Amino acid sequence: MAILTYREALNRAMVEEMEKDPLIYLMGEEVGHYQGAYKVSQGMLSKFGEDRVIDTPISENGFAGIGVGSAMVGLRPIIEFMTWNFSLVAIDQIINSAAKMNYMSGGQFPMPIVFRGAGGVGGRLGAQHSQAFESWYAHCPGLKVVCPATPKDAYGLLKSSIRDNNPTIFIESEVLYGSKGEVPEQEYTIPLGLGEIKRKGTDITLVTWSRALVFAEEAAALLEQEGISVEIVDLRSLRPLDENLIYESVKKTNRAVVVEEGWPVAGFGAQIAYLIQKNAFAYLDHPVERVTQMDVPMSYAANLERMSLPNATRVADTIREMLQ
Amino acid sequence: MVLIRKFEEAAAKAYSVGKIGGFLHLYIGQEAVGVGSIASLTPKDYIVSTYRDHGHALARGLHPKPLMAELFGKGTGISKGNGGSMHFFDRNAHFMGGHGIVGGHISLAAGIAFASKFKKEDSVTICFFGEGAANIGSFHEGLNLAAIWKLPVVFICENNHYAMGTPEYRALAVKDVSVRAYAYDMARDHIEGDEVRKVRDHVKVAVERARRGEGPTLIEVSTYRFRGHSMSDPAKYRTKEELEAYKKKDPLMRARHELELGGIKTEELDKLDLEIQTQIDEAYEYAETSPEPPLSQLHKYVYAEDK
Repeated sequence: MAILTYREALNRAMVEEMEKDPLIYLMGEEVGHYQGAYKVSQGMLSKFGEDRVIDTPISENGFAGIGVGSAMVGLRPIIEFMTWNFSLVAIDQIINSAAKMNYMSGGQFPMPIVFRGAGGVGGRLGAQHSQAFESWYAHCPGLKVVCPATPKDAYGLLKSSIRDNNPTIFIESEVLYGSKGEVPEQEYTIPLGLGEIKRKGTDITLVTWSRALVFAEEAAALLEQEGISVEIVDLRSLRPLDENLIYESVKKTNRAVVVEEGWPVAGFGAQIAYLIQKNAFAYLDHPVERVTQMDVPMSYAANLERMSLPNATRVADTIREMLQ
Repeated sequence: MVLIRKFEEAAAKAYSVGKIGGFLHLYIGQEAVGVGSIASLTPKDYIVSTYRDHGHALARGLHPKPLMAELFGKGTGISKGNGGSMHFFDRNAHFMGGHGIVGGHISLAAGIAFASKFKKEDSVTICFFGEGAANIGSFHEGLNLAAIWKLPVVFICENNHYAMGTPEYRALAVKDVSVRAYAYDMARDHIEGDEVRKVRDHVKVAVERARRGEGPTLIEVSTYRFRGHSMSDPAKYRTKEELEAYKKKDPLMRARHELELGGIKTEELDKLDLEIQTQIDEAYEYAETSPEPPLSQLHKYVYAEDK
């Protein structure tokens, strides 16, 4: 088993898939000559050339549209947004074009495209560069939404996303790019829609995805010392959603908290809370709680950012209260 | 052109009695643009259209039956009833859709052309849009990307002088859309859209340029829609005199006149008109009697099948 960083795992997934399928290309700002703004595409230009690793001008709407158009005629684009914050100027192409093309054409145009790039909050990047948008995209039927938290998952899920015939929103955690983890040397994929129990426990279920897994794990470690046993469900993808994995865990623990980096209002955690009360109500000993970013744009000031971000302390406090 | 005119007249009738829902944007008056442009293409070329896509689809040779059925929301429609007036698609005919967000499809067209270049196929994509779309970001981004990568695409601005109710002089800082090509070091052309052969000949030059790998062209075709923006628009923002003046330049009348000058007898043309009317009547009947899509279709096609 090799130890890879999250970014190396993503790089390996793309390289392997592109070696296999000549219809796949990578396009985005600085993906080629600059070697990737976050170095996820390091070395790919020399391996695949300018025809398949394509630098673009700053024009997200334009190159997202290029990707969608090319996918209509059989190419399999990987479109990198330097950060998901910039995807908002391309959201018309993602939602109005990519998500609906197969449906509104009566099944004539599958859309084998991956939109990927850095997402998530933190790092003192301020209000416009520090946002979690998975709830926005998970809102739309026709899209798949994938949010890996570990190098192992990043590799297996990206390969599945590239092979999928549907538009996939693949949100990488900017903060986790340098994090390390074991990645099997043998090639493997992880099916989209398959969550994983990242930690077994009996007292409470933490439902999470992407970097919020880190907060969840830290909180679980803290609480373990107090004799509280936490189970962590990492969804890994929000669409499709591994609902049963959540219910099975809640049936065992009778309590659930959703931990996410996004804002609380109409966030994906609200959907999970709804699903749990709808489908596992009889097993609940406490209302489902949520730990999210605060309901404000992100502040640059270090103390205010700290206060705004979800963290292990808030998760642990929430759990202690629920168990009283 | 006659097929388009009669198809749309029938569609307008169906809309007024509630058989067609939603928006219905008619192409009446602009027929020479679509017919002329598409006449310059081969079957391997691609067409990307707007929310005003009936004319382009018929000009591509799509049969009026599935098109009318689509307007009626029937399962036999060209997009199985999921698309409606603004979303005709036919993969086999390389008819890459009517698209309902103004200008958004311009970069899709560049993407299709990108794929042709990527796969080293010599297909050309033409993309229709109105002058209203020339002010949105997607237009500028799409043209810039097409120009820097020399993509085989022809951008055809059908300038009918009104973006819904907004006349061009209130929307375009420079009235001539085609001069925007200079900003992208792109070939340009500007033609009157009432003469179908002229449109064909000019577009053909751009299509062949694209096919030779010499990059995109922006063509502005001046035209006019005789109806409102859609069926729900009484078009009070323009004068009767203006409309009448344009109707005197009706591209259908002009084409007919030219055919007659070329020696084709009036009776022959009348006979052809009748045949087309019969075809449209049949399409109407087909649409009316076709079944609605099965309810099981609601959740179908949201996601494509696995690879």
